[in-house]
Amino acid sequence: MNLNQLINMLDLSKVDHDEIKSIGERRGFMKKAGQFSLKAALATLPIALTMMPRIAKAQGSTTIDVLNFALLLEYLERDFYKMGLDSSALIPSGDRQVFETIYQHEVAHVEFLRAALGSAQDEVPEFDFTAGGMFPNGFTDYPTFLTLSQAFEDTGVRAYKGQAGNLQPADEVLTAALQIHSVEARHASMVRRLRGQRANLEIKGWITNAESNNAPQAVYEGEDATTHAGADLNSIVSITDISAAARTEAFDEPLTKEQVVEIVNPFIVKRA
Amino acid sequence: MAPNTNQPAEKDFSPLKRRAFLKYSGFGIAASAAALAGCEDGLLGPNNNPNSKPADNEIDLGSGDIGILNYAYALEQLEAGFYTMVVAADGFSGRYSEEEQEILQDLKAHEIIHREFLKTALGTNAIPSLTPNFDSIDFTSRDAVLATAKVFEDLGVAAYNGAGKLLVDANLLLVAGKIVSVEARHASAIRDVINPLSMDFAGDDVIDENGFDQALMPPEVLAAAQPYVKEKLNGSNLPIE
Repeated sequence: MNLNQLINMLDLSKVDHDEIKSIGERRGFMKKAGQFSLKAALATLPIALTMMPRIAKAQGSTTIDVLNFALLLEYLERDFYKMGLDSSALIPSGDRQVFETIYQHEVAHVEFLRAALGSAQDEVPEFDFTAGGMFPNGFTDYPTFLTLSQAFEDTGVRAYKGQAGNLQPADEVLTAALQIHSVEARHASMVRRLRGQRANLEIKGWITNAESNNAPQAVYEGEDATTHAGADLNSIVSITDISAAARTEAFDEPLTKEQVVEIVNPFIVKRA
Repeated sequence: MAPNTNQPAEKDFSPLKRRAFLKYSGFGIAASAAALAGCEDGLLGPNNNPNSKPADNEIDLGSGDIGILNYAYALEQLEAGFYTMVVAADGFSGRYSEEEQEILQDLKAHEIIHREFLKTALGTNAIPSLTPNFDSIDFTSRDAVLATAKVFEDLGVAAYNGAGKLLVDANLLLVAGKIVSVEARHASAIRDVINPLSMDFAGDDVIDENGFDQALMPPEVLAAAQPYVKEKLNGSNLPIE
């Protein structure tokens, strides 16, 4: 965890300095009296870990909601790759490094989001990767594992993209989300190409039209859009000689939170 | 784990970067805005393009959202020009595997689409076409071409990631988001072609300990791009936060 990065994400003007000072003193993290610098105080780890939750709360409910939504998706991915890597006969040795790399990133994303949210974080969900029996062989059949991996990564890319606008008031959080977003896209491209090679399917690193390649269709709904910020690629004369398929590949599309929830809900165990 | 071919400390985009960065002054001449009668305004309203009256060999990217779009347009021009040369080079089909050829053809198409989209969105606010300087690139060398593609794609990702917070219009932020993930898909594919099935598709030369990709601000990106463009790119009027 890079503490400075975390601190820079915060809008310190929204934090009650006196409250934090008094808590810091009470818990013995800070000496009474003297100059108080919130940023300097936060740079010491115990204070940061104690204060972060209430500071995260000060960022506003929209930011918290987006971060919790992101955390849910990261938990899903992290646990999925953990189970995949722990299933001894599943991933061929030559492909393991790809999934170990992806897993490490998802672990880091979970840790980052949990630290940023502190006590504002939702509880750890429980997953059913068979999705109620829809994918019974996800951890015994490599092609099924690849299909799910592709679906989760492409969903992740679309989910972060859909939330960017909600994070616009919080510059540093927006940048952090964009930095995760492009990592998910790197993963997605890798997994798609790997799946194409292993399953002998025509799958590129980028999404052609709204083609699902036998992954859940909802993940690719609307990916064939050609109008962006009001400009339709199909009416740009200078690119009429470029294929219609390429025009859909060149732009990835967002999903709303509701669309994403519908996609991932079958994989989440409902608590009684 | 196979050794990572890139040292984590080496985040420079090119050997020229540091030198170019030092040369990058950040102070350019902002020519007065001049409207071109009868031209389309694009999506961003009426023309206030400082380059409407070309004064010298310097390109002022402008300010505000328009400046950021011109900044993206400059980078996409660079990428599109690069892949056009790659695909047109003698011996293209003999030099690359079938998948590599398909990737490079797709990247050419995508970057041209990005370029033409941004040009359309900018309308009369668009900077002129840039003159690429690819003298340093041996287009008959597979290694050189793939290494340069990696630089350009990673740079594109870092540039859009850094520019997101600089945009005011939420619609333009969404468009930047739609493009950046495609650039990241490109970067991943090129990196995997160079070092297949390694961790390099998202290697720790670009991904940090939080699992974050790079985010670079315009001065650093322009310094890295400058060696590949004949005109002087002036980003001194771009937003900084």
